[in-house]
Order: sequence, then structure tokens, then C-alpha cells
Amino acid sequence: MAGEVKPSSLAAHISKERRNSKGPPFLLDVSLEALPGITILFGPSGAGKSTLLDCIAGLLRPDAGRITVGDEALFDSSRGIDLALQNRRIAYVFQTLALFPHLTVQQNASYGLHGLEVAHRNLLVREVLQAFRVEHLSSQKPGAISGGEKQRVALARSLVTDPRVLLLDEPLSGLDAELKAAIVGDLRAWNTAKQIPILYVTHSREEVDALGERVIAMVDGRILSTGTPLDVLESPRRARLAQAAGFENLLAATVLEVREADGVMRVRLEESTCELETPLAHAKPGDAVRIAIRAGDILLAAERPHALSARNVLEGRIETLERRATLIIARVHCGVRFTVHVTPGAVQSLGLSAAQKVWLVLKTHSCHLVT
Amino acid sequence: MQSLWLSFRLAACVAAILLAIGTPLAYWLAYSQWRGKFLLESVVALPLVLPPTVLGFYALVAMGPRGPLGKLWMALFGHGLAFTFAGLVLASVVYSFPFAVQPLVVSFESVDRKLLDASALLGAGKLRTFWRVILPLSVPGIVTAAVLSFAHTLGEFGVVLMVGGNLAGVTRTVSIDIYDRVQSLELGAANRMALVLLAISFTVLSVVYAVNRRVWSPWPAK
Repeated sequence: MAGEVKPSSLAAHISKERRNSKGPPFLLDVSLEALPGITILFGPSGAGKSTLLDCIAGLLRPDAGRITVGDEALFDSSRGIDLALQNRRIAYVFQTLALFPHLTVQQNASYGLHGLEVAHRNLLVREVLQAFRVEHLSSQKPGAISGGEKQRVALARSLVTDPRVLLLDEPLSGLDAELKAAIVGDLRAWNTAKQIPILYVTHSREEVDALGERVIAMVDGRILSTGTPLDVLESPRRARLAQAAGFENLLAATVLEVREADGVMRVRLEESTCELETPLAHAKPGDAVRIAIRAGDILLAAERPHALSARNVLEGRIETLERRATLIIARVHCGVRFTVHVTPGAVQSLGLSAAQKVWLVLKTHSCHLVT
Repeated sequence: MQSLWLSFRLAACVAAILLAIGTPLAYWLAYSQWRGKFLLESVVALPLVLPPTVLGFYALVAMGPRGPLGKLWMALFGHGLAFTFAGLVLASVVYSFPFAVQPLVVSFESVDRKLLDASALLGAGKLRTFWRVILPLSVPGIVTAAVLSFAHTLGEFGVVLMVGGNLAGVTRTVSIDIYDRVQSLELGAANRMALVLLAISFTVLSVVYAVNRRVWSPWPAK
């Protein structure tokens, strides 16, 4: 623990086939690098995120590949290296947390330190419980503390062993945003000194926005793209990722016209006469494409708008208005069905109601092409 | 009451031996990936379906002066094994085997695998994981195994009759004693002993069910 901190990255090239009784075998085939700090692994459920973490941790054995932390190989199929999981020094917090129910918070946190002498162990445990603000719960058992506290204890238990990598499999699901942000803040604070790579798995678009770091997007066992949340999620290239990234409207369309000089195309939405202007993509007239549009990017007008910069104005009729906590979900039929998010205030001031005639306004660059 | 005391000693010995050999076997049965595991599972469950006389017969043959166990015992201790307390313990261990092993297997299997993974990820080997995680979380199963094998041994009749015979203070257990009294029409004495056995059996089963409902438990309820 003393001495110079040398940040090392995690690099993994893994291929692993998983068979199950129903359906075709699932193939995981990925190559990724996680630098010190948080890297988000984002994708819909079933994308292979947990399988990937299991391979890195050593719970599953890849069919082939290579996993390294810094210069050290944890697994290398070509050289016959396969470090036992006890020796990998990789911390892994499951979605279920897996706190030992019969041990106190203090005993849980010191579980991974059993080689050390008692005084040293107690010191480390106190430090980590303080850092995650759960020291006052030392003598409690997991059954007696709240969800957020459990998540803090699970993080503390994993990090006290001074791991080289931290894997988090949706550890903060089920917490409200404020609590999540507080815990992530404590995690970041802990990691400023340690500088280890943290792989944070989530399928929640909100978490990606909240963490706002490097994102690796995974779909169907493959890595789709890597970059900032903006790069990866604002222009999704795959339909399944688009859905997971919160594009509520995913519409089939046919390309009518490509205007390269203007950088736009015109498309017709399937089974309707609606036409949209979209950004240019590699397509030619007659091609089938899919358009992803966020429900929050669509404007709703009660009268026909004019003199707008937005190129797409569609006439339609409200089918339903569905109230959620802070927004209202409107389903609007314009030949095809659109989902639109509006604020309760807007519904009130426009006097919107079901069966009412409305106009949808879409900016060209709110229409994303996906494959 | 000599026979009652004998039955208690026998049951306590059998329960202790069964926990000692049943625990590693149950661990193996719970976690092994071996395809032929069902064979051993069947062997463990055999005493449930075999008539005690069949079991007792084979035990007697094995322990007899020309049987393998009898010969071995003779070589080690200089006397035979049949119709002795040790022989009775041995046969009873076999007879009560499933009553100890099955609750242990069930409770080991019901420990969340993620807890075992978490333990390994925190650097613990298999043995440490067993002592620190599996065993404490299996306390109800261990109590059940101990109590059931104790109670089952207390109530056995056929095997004892075949292997132990009817030697006062050596192999005359309470169930044999009751049978004897009824045969010689001492119904009052038989009744008293039967009542004691009934009371004990009821108490023991109440303990088992209470433990399994977590009336008391080493960790707080969820």
C-alpha cells in the first residue's frame, strides 16, 4: 500500500461461447481497454456485460484471449496463463451485493484481510468504512441496514483489499439519483489516491449521463463503440442500443432523396405519407433505414406552426396522455405513432387532451439514423 | 431404564459420527459437478427404502466371524463385532445415513452461490469459505441432521434385532425392551417406556420444525 502509485490499465481481449438449453449459443467477442478511473460498460440486458465481468474476475474461463493489468497477464490462452481468482486481486461488486448475512458490517469489511495482523486490519477497515460513511454501522448486520448503506458496505469490503481493478455490475440500481451521486462521489474520492480502473456496468441511460465518463457500448456480445457518452449515445448506430439509450421512437423509413450539398436526406416513414428530413447517411434513394428520435426532442404545438427553422412539421392527433412523476407521455398518431414527452405545465397551458389535433415539430438533427 | 440409557448413548454416538462423516460427503454431493453423482445419491438414500431386516442381515453377515468387517475387527481388537455395542453403532450409522446427509445437502445447496463467489473474490480458499460462510449459514440444516439421526436411531428396531440381539446393557435398546415386555405381558412397564419414547420423539421433532421455521436463528430475519 505504501510507495509510489503506478496507475495501470486493464486490457481484455476475450472470446467466450455460452450455450444454453434454448436458443442459439451466445458468443462474447470483445476487446477493450479501461484506463484508471471510471469506464462505463453500457448496453441492453443480454448484451454480455456480466459474462465479460465474470471472465475478467476469473469466475468464468474465456475460450481464448488475454487479460492484463498493467504488464501482468491474468489470463493468456496462448501462453497457458490462467491465474486463480483468489490471486487476481480484482474486486467485484455484484448487483445482489452478496454481503454475508451472518457477519456484521465490520466482519464483512475485514473478510478479505485475514492474512493481516489484527491491529493493521482494524485500522484499514476503519479507514474504508469512514471513507464510505458507514463506520457507525460497524456492529450491524446487513439485514438491519438500508439499501444504500448495503451498497456502501459492499464497495468498502471490496476496496479495502487494495485491488488492482474494480468491477461493478449495476451495483447502484434501485437507488434514487441523489443517493447514487453521493455514493459515486465517495467512490471517486477513494479512487483519486488509488487510481485503479473501474468498470461500471449499467443498462440505464440516466446512470451514463450522471457518471459522464468514458463509455463502452456493447450489444449482442460485441463492442459497438467507445467514447464519451455524447459520442456513443447521441448517435447510436444500432437499433437495440438506440432503444436502450432512451430513443423512444424507432421508425422504419425509406430514403426518397439524398441532397449531399445540403447534408440532408428526405425519407418517408413506413406505411404513411409522413416525410422527414434527416442528416445525411450512407444511403441511396430506395434504401430502407431506421430513424431513432427521442421523445423529449419532439415539440408539440396546438396550432399549425409557421416561420420555423425546424424542417419537419407533422400533423397528427393525440391518442392518449399518460401521467408519470414529472412528465406526461403523449402518444400522437400522424400516420405512424410517435411518443412525445411534455411537461405537465405545457399540457395545462396548451389545454391538451385526447383526440385533439396537434402538430409535431422535429429538428433535422434530432432524427438519428440507425441500422 | 437401563435400556433407555443405552438407547441414548447409541443415538448420541451415531449422531456424532454421522455429522463427522456426513458433512464432507454432503459438501461433495452439494457442489460436485460429476455426472455419476446420482449413483452415490442413490446409495445414500438406500436405507430409506430397504427393510431394516435386509440391512441388518447384510450388516450381520459382514460383521460375522467370517465377514470382512468381523475379521478386521477381530484382528484389531481381539474380539468379534456382531452382538456388541460397537457393532450396533456401525449398523445404526448406515441405517440413519440419509437422515443426516440429506438435510446437510439441502442446506449447503441453498447457500447463495454469489456468497461463495464473493468469498473467493475476497481471497478465501474453499476451506475458509466452508468454515466462514457455508457452515454458519447452514446451522438449521446441521441441527436438523443431528436431531433426525439421533431420533431415528432412538426408534430403530429391526436393525438392532438383527445385529445386536438382546443383551441387557449391551445391545438391548428401549424399542427391543418394549417388545420384550409386551411379549411377556408386562403391559404397564411397556406402556411407561413407550410413553417416554413418544414424549422424547415429539420434543425432538418440535425442535427440528422450530429451527426450520427460524424461530430462533443466528441472524436477523429478512
